[in-house]
Amino acid sequence: METDKSKIGSFLFNRSVQGVFYQLITLGLVALGIYYIVTNTARNMLERGLASGFHFLGVESQFDIGMTLIEYSPTSTYFDSFIVGLLNTLLVAGVGILFATIIGFTVGIMRLSSNWLIAKIAEAYVEILRNIPLLLQIFFWYFAVLRALPKPKQSLELYDSFFLNNRGLFIPDTVFGEGSSIIFYLLWLTIIISIGIFIWAKRRQNRTGERFPAFYVSTALILGTFSISLAATGFPVSFEYPELKGFNFKGGVKLIPELVALTFALAMYTASFIAEVVRGGIMAVSKGQTEAAKSVGLKQNLILRLIIIPQALRVIVPPLTNQYLNLTKNSSLAAAIAYPDLVLVFAGTALMQTGQAIEIIGMVMGVYLFLSLFTSLIMNLFNRFMKVDGER
Amino acid sequence: MNTMRISFLGLVCSVLMVPAAFAGTLDTVKSQGFFNCGVSQGVPGFSNPDADGNWSGIDVDVCRAVSAAIFGDPDKVKYVPLTAKERFTALQAGEIDVLSRNTTWTLSRDAQIGLEFAGVNFYDGQGFMVRKDSGITSAMELDGASVCTNLGTTTELNMADFFRANGMAYEPVVFEKADEVVNAYDEGRCDTYTTDKSGLAAQRTKLADPDAHVVLPETISKEPLGPVVREGDGDWADVVRWSLNAMIEAEEFGLTQSNAQTTCAMTSNPVVARLCGKEGGTGAGLNLGESWSYDIVTKVGNYGDVYEKHVGENTPVGLARAGSPNASYKNGGVLYAPPAR
Repeated sequence: METDKSKIGSFLFNRSVQGVFYQLITLGLVALGIYYIVTNTARNMLERGLASGFHFLGVESQFDIGMTLIEYSPTSTYFDSFIVGLLNTLLVAGVGILFATIIGFTVGIMRLSSNWLIAKIAEAYVEILRNIPLLLQIFFWYFAVLRALPKPKQSLELYDSFFLNNRGLFIPDTVFGEGSSIIFYLLWLTIIISIGIFIWAKRRQNRTGERFPAFYVSTALILGTFSISLAATGFPVSFEYPELKGFNFKGGVKLIPELVALTFALAMYTASFIAEVVRGGIMAVSKGQTEAAKSVGLKQNLILRLIIIPQALRVIVPPLTNQYLNLTKNSSLAAAIAYPDLVLVFAGTALMQTGQAIEIIGMVMGVYLFLSLFTSLIMNLFNRFMKVDGER
Repeated sequence: MNTMRISFLGLVCSVLMVPAAFAGTLDTVKSQGFFNCGVSQGVPGFSNPDADGNWSGIDVDVCRAVSAAIFGDPDKVKYVPLTAKERFTALQAGEIDVLSRNTTWTLSRDAQIGLEFAGVNFYDGQGFMVRKDSGITSAMELDGASVCTNLGTTTELNMADFFRANGMAYEPVVFEKADEVVNAYDEGRCDTYTTDKSGLAAQRTKLADPDAHVVLPETISKEPLGPVVREGDGDWADVVRWSLNAMIEAEEFGLTQSNAQTTCAMTSNPVVARLCGKEGGTGAGLNLGESWSYDIVTKVGNYGDVYEKHVGENTPVGLARAGSPNASYKNGGVLYAPPAR
């Protein structure tokens, strides 16, 4: 009897058994909690006469959107408005990331300059921009830009084809006529060949130590083929120029001031953080690396390209990913200045018209989650690519 | 070990426990001594805070009337300023008990999103405002215009309908907050600003030079604005509905804020006597005190008092009542209240 009891006791007080037991209890409670929240929400929505489900996505939206990258009209569905908002968010995030990276790297390197003035300008940039709330900066650029620009009839113009006024920037649109598809096939083909040349050049250099001017060769190949094929097909490309009609310009490509102000504000703000990340990354590479590279006779630009930047990037990439994620999420401030992004169009107008807050907010949260995870995935792959061989 | 087991049990029970049936909003309001009223973030004449944070306007006075009917005191109200986008969620979530924020009564709002409209306190319609120097005199000349408006309103749908029906193009520029719409229009981002005409009249007072702008004659939609409550609480909806109706009926029978005391003392008209709370027992049916309608008229005023005080011709908003739908049905308007008996 006594031995049995102690056996059960030792089983019950066994650490791993207890560990599993508590994990099971926790898991059960979490599942119960989720079940409770879901059923309670569903019951409350039913009681209060709230519509639910995703049928609304197939219904005509009946509202219009100021800037759309795809065909859209009030007879399009709510799902189309979702896509329009999503594409507008992706556009501002993508362009914002591109500019933030360029400005950020430039300012970061400027801050390390031995020239006092350049270093101080970069320092002032960083300290001012990263310490002012982003929303204020967005308002500043938006209303500053609006106030400074003329009305459509007094537009600033360049060669009768570029126009700038407080309704946006209007530029000629390229229209590709018949027979132009062959040009694009050739363009893609030459790009693929160029990638092949790069790989081959790298292998050859590893094998023989001889360098091959892959960059110049492939640039010449792409541009040469492109212009020859344009000429051979008789330039099937024309331009559609913006024209002042009634209130505003019609035709051409139009960049609305909201897009410009938002992209500008996001890029400038995020660049101030990226600059610090870049500065930190470069300073993390020990001076000995430069000295060693000099002593084996590498030139200054090769030292930067082959020794400093690859090592600095390993330090830069993880925090840089954070900044990219921040920029993407911050782009939801667009609603404040009427840029029709996902939050304004779908979590705003569409939500108001359908009243289906849970479904719509859920979709929008899902999109931001996916965008963030996708960005991190890309950056993690890049980071792995940049790592030193043999390092884990 | 024992304490742990008990706390575990407690946790499980609290998770499984089904919440008790909702107490009616009216009972909750009575026991807590106030209610929450959702208003705009500042529309002069409708709901607008002064420098000391005191709210006034015809939408605010609906809430004050409800408060007077329940508590005999018009100031037992907490005002919650909301954007157009937030307003319905706030009501559904119970953050506010009445939404009185120039909200248009539509089928989809009534049927789909769990709202119940308690009446109409202002008959409005959507219009356009343009700069005088643009030379535009009709909304039909707006082809290709940039149009500034507010997010989350019926105006977005109406303008889409209007431009589509007339085969015209336009560029919507949609802001989340009303002040940003006004600001952007003032800065010249848009050729025209559209919202309900009362809203145009009210927001115009915020422009840098109000006289440089003109409201176009066309009215492109019907916008019956009124107070809203949550669906599924009929008693509470009744209180709000009849508070508004009492204001309209008091005006019809000549009972005003200034004459109510003397009129009630000597009236022989049974309708007036009921409004004065002297006969009829209307309060009991609404679970209110018998003086509920008398309190509304003496402490807030009848519909006419409220209209002239906040949006009438002698106010900055300056909306003439005569000839508009907001005149009493006896004067050619559509303002008509069912009998309070």
